[in-house]
Amino acid sequence: MTRFLRNQGWVAGLFALLIFLFVVTKLIQPGYGSGDFGSLARAVLPYAFAVAAQTVVVIAGGIDLSVAAMMALTSVTAASMMNGASEEYALFVVPFVLAMGLVLGALNGVLIVVTRVPDIVVTLAMLFVLQGAALLVLGAPGGATAEWLKASVIGTVSVPGLPDWADAWVPKALVLLIVCLCIVWIPLRRSRLGLSIYAIGSNELAAFRSGVPVARTRIIAYALSGLFAALGGLSLTISTGIGAPIPGPYLLASVAAVVLGGVALGGGKGGLLGPIIAVFVLRLVRTDLTLLAIDPNVTAIIEGLIMVAVVMFGAFITMRSRPAGATP
Amino acid sequence: MTDIATMPRSVSFGRRLKRFMADRPLIPLVILLIILVVILQILRPGIVNERWLANTAKFAIPLAILAGCQTMTMLTGGIDLSVGTVATMSAFIMATQIVNQDPAVAFLLAMLPAVLIGLVNGIGVGVFRVHPLIMTLGTSLIGTGFLQVYQRTVIASGAKIPDFLNWLGTGVTYGFPNALLLFVPVAVLIVLMLNRTGFGRLLYAVGDNERAARLSGVRYWQVIVALYILSSLLAGITGLLYIGLIKAPSLSLAEPLVLPSVAAAVIGGTSIFGGRGGYTGTIIGALILTVLTTLLTILQMPEGGRRILFGFIVLFVTAAYLRIVEDR
Repeated sequence: MTRFLRNQGWVAGLFALLIFLFVVTKLIQPGYGSGDFGSLARAVLPYAFAVAAQTVVVIAGGIDLSVAAMMALTSVTAASMMNGASEEYALFVVPFVLAMGLVLGALNGVLIVVTRVPDIVVTLAMLFVLQGAALLVLGAPGGATAEWLKASVIGTVSVPGLPDWADAWVPKALVLLIVCLCIVWIPLRRSRLGLSIYAIGSNELAAFRSGVPVARTRIIAYALSGLFAALGGLSLTISTGIGAPIPGPYLLASVAAVVLGGVALGGGKGGLLGPIIAVFVLRLVRTDLTLLAIDPNVTAIIEGLIMVAVVMFGAFITMRSRPAGATP
Repeated sequence: MTDIATMPRSVSFGRRLKRFMADRPLIPLVILLIILVVILQILRPGIVNERWLANTAKFAIPLAILAGCQTMTMLTGGIDLSVGTVATMSAFIMATQIVNQDPAVAFLLAMLPAVLIGLVNGIGVGVFRVHPLIMTLGTSLIGTGFLQVYQRTVIASGAKIPDFLNWLGTGVTYGFPNALLLFVPVAVLIVLMLNRTGFGRLLYAVGDNERAARLSGVRYWQVIVALYILSSLLAGITGLLYIGLIKAPSLSLAEPLVLPSVAAAVIGGTSIFGGRGGYTGTIIGALILTVLTTLLTILQMPEGGRRILFGFIVLFVTAAYLRIVEDR
């Protein structure tokens, strides 16, 4: 019961922080409106998928350093396939790229299980491999995106029964994000597989002894991570209209948001909601700093300081809540 | 009959070979290094000469020192991903401060951020118990931010590479690169420290079983703080050496060395979970990676293909090495 409260307390605290940041934003920029919220949602989209990819693996007790490279590869693949192709062809590209992410993610998992090399090293090696593959697919930023895909993140969704002013606050990008995450996450969380993922992250030996297929669960966790990363790559292509073979800053951002979102790096604890809220918090901080007309380089320092401070605070809380003498 | 008689003998020979290699984990690494050099010589006859050896050593030395930082931190179960930023900061500050300052003052100024980042890393990991991966990623983000701000304050004064660093980084005396003058003492110090001093023993003890180490009176946080400061100082010195080799101060000077330095330590047989490994293996690991890079360059592969091969080879070598060493 106390653990439940503590976990939910963390997410609730984050949510309060997010609200607080929105208030601060409104104070700094009285003109901050639904349009700005829509662009925030679009900016968050690739980050949120990267964080989801990292979260699944971290809950299963691993870490995936190849998230950003996977996003780059799927992004350039989608962009170069859609280049010069018809609008309908994109209907084929999207599932193809998602399947590619799933397979490459599963490859990560298989390599970890088969070679018994620590996952940090395997995903580090895969980072090089995927980066190289992205460069082979597309040597320089380029490619194109189908118009209907671009339209799918711009604008708002009109919810029946809501007045227009409220509709304006429901950007398509946000709806897309929530729908994609829920389709994968909610059935997973309620299934035996989801429980197994938490189990191997919490205590691998105990999970093995209770009959959880550890190897298979780990492979599936990495495959899901690949799927989320592919979604992130697709959203990158959709929002920029092109694909870039050089990975963005998504690895660091994903790890930071996972920790800030209350998912223990040892595995077995936390959910998806916390990290997603954490992404919004981190992006909103950046927006606020830009609105305050602070030099972007100083912004990088402040972001880093916030990240480190939050992580230290989180670690401090966890340490205090443990019985004395115990080690993590 | 003969089959039955010879079978066990051949098996036992294989097992004996395996055990022999497992007892001396350096031997398979040296064999691999020799195989790589032989392949190089076959592909490009005559390439392996005195000049090539000196050149390889020159490029392997910065990597080997940074990999030394990784080895020491990995022995305690940590990792130091801020070494790239620290090395870049020291190099950049040295190159810009030398214009108006006394060399000794410039050197001290260049080492200051190294000590500070090491201290923050150590406090975060040792006192607040933040995961080293996150902590060092965060401090490297902050460091890069500060460096960008700093860059604009010195943009007018320009930069130059001190003659001494030039001599140390690129000079060759009697066929031996001058960088060995720095590397040999550093390597001897690290090896002696790890094997012969109390501090080295503490690193192994903390990494092997932190709880046991604490209960036997190890002051955990002091060991960790000292370790991360030492690691950062080494990284800073590497930065000075590297700027003498590359001769072009930039804001991402040593960044490409970070992941290979982790790979070198892992290939060299240091366990990423702590408690096992040593520096001699790491040096050979750095040599292997450097020769491998030359090999892939000579094959005239596109950049993408090179990265893919690099990733797979790192993975393969680590997996093979684990098989040999761990099957006792």
